[in-house]
Amino acid sequence: MPDGWDVVIGMEVHVQPRTRTKMFCGCAVAPLNAAPNSYVCEICLGLPGTLPVINKAAVEACLKSALALSCEIPRHTKFDRKNYMYPDLPKGYQISQYDLPMSVNGHLELNGRKIRIRRVHLEEDTGKLVHAGDKLHKAWESFVDLNRAGVPLMEIVTEPDLRSADEARDYAMELRTLLRMIGVSEADMEKGQLRAEANVSVNREGSSELGVKTELKNINSFRALHRAILYEVDRQTKLIESGGAVEQETRGWSEAEQRTFSQRSKEFAEDYRYFPEPDLPPLEIDPDWVEDLRRTLPELPGARRTRLTSQHGLSAAQVAVIGGDRDLADLYEGAVAQGAPTQPTANWIVNEVAPTGKLLAPQHLAELMQMMGRDAISRDQAREVMPIQRPWPTTEAGRSRRCRH
Amino acid sequence: MIDLTELTIKDAARLLRLGSVSAADLVTAHVERIERLDRHVKAFLRFTPELWERQAEEADRKLRAGDAGPLTGIPMAVKDVLCVRGVETTAGSQILRGFKPPYTGTAVSRLFEAGALMLGVTNCDEFALGSSTENSGYFPTHNPWDVDRVPGGSSGGSAAAVAAGEAIFALGTDTGGSIRQPAALCGVVGMKPTYGRVSRYGLIAFASSLDQIGPFTRSVDDAALVLSVMAGNDPLDATSSERSGGEVLNNYGAGVKGMRLGVPREYYDVQGIEPGVKAAIDQAIKVLRDQGAEIVDVSLPHTDYGLAAYYIIAPAECSSNLARFDGVRYGMSEVDAPNITEAYMRTRRKGFGAEVRRRVMLGTYALSSGYYDAYYLKAQKVRTLIKRDFDQAFERCDAVISATSPTVAFPLGAKTQDPLSMYLCDVLTLGGNLAGLPGISVPCGMSEGLPVGLQVLGPQWGENLVLRVARAYEQASGVKAEVASFA
Repeated sequence: MPDGWDVVIGMEVHVQPRTRTKMFCGCAVAPLNAAPNSYVCEICLGLPGTLPVINKAAVEACLKSALALSCEIPRHTKFDRKNYMYPDLPKGYQISQYDLPMSVNGHLELNGRKIRIRRVHLEEDTGKLVHAGDKLHKAWESFVDLNRAGVPLMEIVTEPDLRSADEARDYAMELRTLLRMIGVSEADMEKGQLRAEANVSVNREGSSELGVKTELKNINSFRALHRAILYEVDRQTKLIESGGAVEQETRGWSEAEQRTFSQRSKEFAEDYRYFPEPDLPPLEIDPDWVEDLRRTLPELPGARRTRLTSQHGLSAAQVAVIGGDRDLADLYEGAVAQGAPTQPTANWIVNEVAPTGKLLAPQHLAELMQMMGRDAISRDQAREVMPIQRPWPTTEAGRSRRCRH
Repeated sequence: MIDLTELTIKDAARLLRLGSVSAADLVTAHVERIERLDRHVKAFLRFTPELWERQAEEADRKLRAGDAGPLTGIPMAVKDVLCVRGVETTAGSQILRGFKPPYTGTAVSRLFEAGALMLGVTNCDEFALGSSTENSGYFPTHNPWDVDRVPGGSSGGSAAAVAAGEAIFALGTDTGGSIRQPAALCGVVGMKPTYGRVSRYGLIAFASSLDQIGPFTRSVDDAALVLSVMAGNDPLDATSSERSGGEVLNNYGAGVKGMRLGVPREYYDVQGIEPGVKAAIDQAIKVLRDQGAEIVDVSLPHTDYGLAAYYIIAPAECSSNLARFDGVRYGMSEVDAPNITEAYMRTRRKGFGAEVRRRVMLGTYALSSGYYDAYYLKAQKVRTLIKRDFDQAFERCDAVISATSPTVAFPLGAKTQDPLSMYLCDVLTLGGNLAGLPGISVPCGMSEGLPVGLQVLGPQWGENLVLRVARAYEQASGVKAEVASFA
């Protein structure tokens, strides 16, 4: 980060929970390459006379996520209409949550720091526009695909607690790890299941006054998130240093040009005319239900890392690798449970398993570690043996791309 | 010779069961009468021979097999805001011209399952916004008792169809009085159920927290029957109650002896009530007292604020509900414009009438940031007070009675230049919508040769009480919903 400047970042992350059906109708959630408008019904098309009905599985996913983020779950919650007109929004309003969200006041632990979570709420996704021609303003024709319209989304909003592009990226990755671990979403950015927006401002180091923020959108990968924030911090500091002022606006990230560009200034900010959704009675969340859901949560990454440190005596660097991946952590604990020594096993996983991404059965690793401990085989020999051992069937999360810090 | 177009459901069903007439005969009689009269009344927007032919055939088959339901073979008319699969449904608006829903709403589906036949789609104020059916995007409907007068609204086409003998019963929707007021002005029975009693799935929304579907009939028994068929929980409407639909019939034939009926003084002396209307209500009160009801004086002190609150809440919800009519997916589309905003504006300017545009603007304003607290939120607080008024009244009585409309049917064009005078038509009915209560209007005599309606409002889920009072009055007074004799 630039010398003499403080960076302040808040994040809004939209995550698509894994549900069979959409947020307010019985339509199946469309697979990625489905033909346009093939996963729609009269309800998600917003046809006259249709009404929404809340998907309980989505509420459950949202509550589980909120619990995993140590949020408070108020007893009363409700949905509201966010009114604006756009061709990808079939009803002319989005059903979202305004002043009584599903959950508030949580936190996510990141490298020993607590990033405060302001709220986690539920809403519905919009459709998608496809423009004929390469640029929107030059498009001669636009098409509407409503497969995505009405798909559930959880919006996870932080307080402005993040201090750098690295931290913002780490937060998003940690959030993904968490959501995968509790099984509510694949949270795959490439598939659009996780979409991150960053509110970025800078101020002179030590100044208590926050700078004017810009909101960054169109971010399609963790890398893009990192770069967009770096670019934006640079742009803002240079702008102020040259006597200019940051304007409050929405800026898009251009992957092709590797820069942010102005999309919409605050002057034209929409008035969404929120009001309570009259088609859905307010929800009363039964505390017993919340407790039942809490009991279904697996050990969360934060708790596991604490345990790896305190019970196993692993170093921060070891915990960062092993505690950041459910499969590696399971492998480590599995091997140790079968008699493998803690420190050598942790080192072996960090140096030999993590970089290759190839997992092996905990009992095989335990045998290997014990043989090395007896000097029955050398490190090099162990390295040769490892790849020809039977691969261990991994969890679904383990098969997709892994999260490493 | 019995005129098949002047029957109640009950009488028609008996003739059908006895085999004296067939469903096909009933349809033919109605089609003939419609051909003769509807050019004067203009109750229907369009007809559905493709439905009635198939439905009459099936009804006659079931009747022969002794497998008839309570409504098998009974011809009905459906307000143009209720979606029926494959039938052009436009909410009385040009913006939906040509729109054929791919699904049938729950209430109509249940009536179809019970054997009812659909004759056609009836005229209404555009998106149900109005009290005279003059805001229809097609043409005004005329009152069968005097074709120079309005039938009331917004469900004016349905009320007029039943009053003119063009359907044995009809469906309407009531957001501020849109069933009860036209029922009163056309001399038929019209009932608005408790909010949540009948599923709104398939009802093109005007104001979601106020809208309910209900029947127009020629007797209280018929209204009870149709309502009981439509009522009951629907998993497609989250605001529909879990309560059983059948409970609306509980003990409703028991008479009023021993019941306490409240006369709200704010309704009794409402501003602008016509002397002839007041006289008819006085007479109705006397009939009910003679039947053994105790008449008590009650008060609904926030009545004056109800109208103001209603005209904030209803337009606010309306402005949001009507946002989907943008020309992108169905209906009128003026998308050949330089940009999307212009396309929206052209479509909506051309597709919506003046009253719709007025309410969308009012509602948008009331919800705008900076005005929300002063308008929408305050109106919701008034709504709570109106509910409390009724709760307190129902501590002292079982149901309240009043005129349905302060006036009889007024001449066409009399109020079209003055929206506020039109809004006052709803002053006695909209409280029931704000509080979500069941209400009925039954004919209670004539004033200046035109029908007057008696309104009965009951506590939440008290349809059976409302029906009980209305039926006792109907039986004792001998005043029947008659088919208008103008032809």
